[in-house]
Amino acid sequence: MLAAADRKLALWNIGVAYTAFLIGTLAGLLQVFIRNDRLELPAWLDYYQILTAHGVLLALIFTTFFIFAFFISGMSKSLGTFGPKVLLWNWIGFVVMLTGTVLATVMIVIGEASVLYTFYAPLMASPWYYVGLALFVVGSWIMGFALVGHYMKWKKANRGELSPLFAFMTVTTIVLWVIACLGVVATVLFQYIPWAFGWVDTINVELSRTLFWYFGHPLVYFWLLPAYMAWYTVVPKILGVPVFSDSLARLAFVLFILFSIPVGFHHQLMEPGISDFWKFLQVVLTFMVIIPSLMTAFSMFANFERAGRKNGGKGLFGWFTKLPWKDLRFTSIFIAMAFFIPGGAGGIINASFQLNEIVHNTLWIVGHFHITVGTPVAMTFMGLTYWLIPYLTGRKFSNTMKKLGFIQIGLWSVGMLLMSTAQHILGLLGAPRRTAYSGYNGHESALEWFDGILTNHVTMAVGGSILFLSAMLLLYIVIMSAFVSPKAVEPDEFVEFPLAESDKRATPKFLENWWLWIGMAFLLIIIAYAIPIAQMIQHAPPGSRGFITW
Amino acid sequence: MHLHKYEKIWLTFGIVCLVAFLSIVGVNAFAQDHTPAGGMHTIDPEKVRETAPFNEPGVKQLDDDTYQATIIASAFAYDGGQTLQVPAGKEIIFKLTSTDVVHSFTIDNTNVNMMVVPGQVTTKSYTFKEPGKYLIICNEYCGTGHHYMYTEIEVTE
Repeated sequence: MLAAADRKLALWNIGVAYTAFLIGTLAGLLQVFIRNDRLELPAWLDYYQILTAHGVLLALIFTTFFIFAFFISGMSKSLGTFGPKVLLWNWIGFVVMLTGTVLATVMIVIGEASVLYTFYAPLMASPWYYVGLALFVVGSWIMGFALVGHYMKWKKANRGELSPLFAFMTVTTIVLWVIACLGVVATVLFQYIPWAFGWVDTINVELSRTLFWYFGHPLVYFWLLPAYMAWYTVVPKILGVPVFSDSLARLAFVLFILFSIPVGFHHQLMEPGISDFWKFLQVVLTFMVIIPSLMTAFSMFANFERAGRKNGGKGLFGWFTKLPWKDLRFTSIFIAMAFFIPGGAGGIINASFQLNEIVHNTLWIVGHFHITVGTPVAMTFMGLTYWLIPYLTGRKFSNTMKKLGFIQIGLWSVGMLLMSTAQHILGLLGAPRRTAYSGYNGHESALEWFDGILTNHVTMAVGGSILFLSAMLLLYIVIMSAFVSPKAVEPDEFVEFPLAESDKRATPKFLENWWLWIGMAFLLIIIAYAIPIAQMIQHAPPGSRGFITW
Repeated sequence: MHLHKYEKIWLTFGIVCLVAFLSIVGVNAFAQDHTPAGGMHTIDPEKVRETAPFNEPGVKQLDDDTYQATIIASAFAYDGGQTLQVPAGKEIIFKLTSTDVVHSFTIDNTNVNMMVVPGQVTTKSYTFKEPGKYLIICNEYCGTGHHYMYTEIEVTE
């Protein structure tokens, strides 16, 4: 078991994550019923307010706090107990992050920040919303640096040795996060805050969008990499096999540092102010990120086949039936991975330059991120939650909980399948995202969108309701594991932290040369961004004043 | 670094696919001129209605085969002159800008899906094949009335 102080820190992060999860999923439930015109909100509450809360609380707050809980537990387990300095700075980071979260959430709830989680200028929220976001990012940096400090202490004590795989991947993810956040910190600190407080009159809109998306795309890899960490280090242990290849796992991770950042323009393909050349260059760079994803897919299936054959699976596919399907920790993550196959393929479509015209800002995109972050990432986190909380609290995870867990992931899968399929098809037909219910005055084309077997006003609502049921079931399991379930006494009642052996004897040392990868990342960022951003500043039109249109 | 034989095959297959996808997208974009909406012209967002061509929004014939539709987006409506009416089979150049926040100009059942950013002029060229009345919507969140921001374009024979 981990030291009590480290466990407390991780549990507090999980607590905030699941509080955000509760409010965020409730907002999601309301949204599906507003969109099919079955629910009218009271005058003091607005669809776009709920939509902002849903996006911020689930995509940003739930993910980030849970990720740090996972990092803290895994770093303490693989590198040893935190020293007093590491603990102190982690708590400072946690408090700063929580303060930012509360400030931003309050601004959303009182209706001062219905700007959605992309907060595109010149929509102007209360300045305190932007201050909240800035505090959130700074807090995450402090926690990240505290964990890096813990890693450096280990490196000093073990000179010339490669770090354990979990620690290596944690540091990779933090490096990615810090470099990515430079964009959003720059725009929030130097553009939004002075403008929203009224210290300057106008804002350079195109520059703010570009800096946001410089951050916005690696943000999704910040969610995904911790899920990949579970896939690479936790799943093999559950399967009873070692990590497939330590060096490939590390190579895949550093490739994400290189190729997840200089690609933000693929979110801006439909807009002016960036020439076709730069858009296309970043499309090419976007596609590079598929290579480490393919490497990951290969490693996963290699693990599955090895484990299945070890359990007596024969023939070309016989091993598949021999996987530990009755193990909730495995099945949940397997379903998460399966959702990522169409999720990733959809991403290739979205990034394909002019093909993006068909799907940009339609419900297709909403469907896309619900089967990327909304299931592969979220369900991996659920799969971790089942054992991580009992592991940290020292409580039992009973068979009843296991059964409820299976029902919970089953409901999530069915609900998501219904909702995201409907969203994908509706998007192809042209139905917009981020839009409250509208019949467009009964226009024929708008009526046609909702006229299909899957594409009607009922499917999305049914899917959304099933998802909400699943979310409430998960919260029940979380509360039981955190506060109620009986304490483990016998050695076999304790829940373990499954962490696979990784043979690093053949792993080349340059994979852990951080300056090499950080240097290459900045080189690619400069190639992809320096000239277009310089143009945006030099040839900027007169800026925009702020608008409050809600 | 050791690579399993099957992994080499798998990665080669994947990378060849990537190159093929990118080549198709690239040739289609740059050799056949199918690029998404864009443009590098800027404009003062406070002086849209005094700046050409937005001082006269509407549809204008440029030559025998080309028309220009100049449209101003603002919360929560489009101003495209009297009525938006264009012929089928001719190239229509859409030019848009915004007087306030970011909007989109998205024509249903077509590839016209333009972000309209204040301070910038977005351009997209499109040729309608079928006559009819097409729904135009804003698909970028722009405020409380966002879902009421729409209009219609009539494509004639």
